Amino acid sequence: MSYLVHAPIDVARLNSEVSAAHLGGATTFIGSVRRSPEDGPVEAIEYTAYQEMADREFHRIVAEVSDRWPNTRVALQHRLGHVPTGEASMAVVAASPHRSDAFAACRYVVEEAKKRVPIWKKEIIEGGTARWCGNSAERIG
Amino acid sequence: MSRSFGTDSTGSTISVCLRFFARYAEVLGTDAVTVELQAPATVAHAVSYVRELLPNGATLPEKPLVAVNLEHVLPHQSIHDGDELAFLPPLAGG
Repeated sequence: MSYLVHAPIDVARLNSEVSAAHLGGATTFIGSVRRSPEDGPVEAIEYTAYQEMADREFHRIVAEVSDRWPNTRVALQHRLGHVPTGEASMAVVAASPHRSDAFAACRYVVEEAKKRVPIWKKEIIEGGTARWCGNSAERIG
Repeated sequence: MSRSFGTDSTGSTISVCLRFFARYAEVLGTDAVTVELQAPATVAHAVSYVRELLPNGATLPEKPLVAVNLEHVLPHQSIHDGDELAFLPPLAGG
């Protein structure tokens, strides 16, 4: 099973994957393609990945959640390809018996994914330009 | 494409696959090359190879993020025949 998808993310399905009667707290994080004054007129983001390694890192992160919060379940997906402004690029759902663990586990997945998972994004700007994003953005078009 | 890089103690060489992603693939004009390096070799030797011998290679940073066989590694990491090295631009998922 891959954590990487090309179709829109089905958050309801992720919720159903982790829900259980004994898990009373669930936290959902949805990261979406942003258009804001500081970002400029972003139309979409093109996501690419080193897919074999990305899946392996996501798998490890999920396993780490099980070690740190043994009663917590996590489901997640990251989208690849062309993602228009406003649509979800990543979603994480964490369910736990208690809300504190659900919040902590969900945040752990998001933060570790940003640090470790080899995924890249190129912002598509109105007018046909594009720029790679990361620690240092570069305009390329 | 072959040229000796690395310390010269045995005279033998290793063959490794170098993969490039995102911006690096664009500036280099390729997403993968197989090269020969003089053994023993490290990640740093492979980086030097890219920066000195591949077209536009000098535009890559001196210490890029590199993974060997899907694992994040440091520049002094040894590499071996058949390894896959991935040159990773700054990560930007999420």
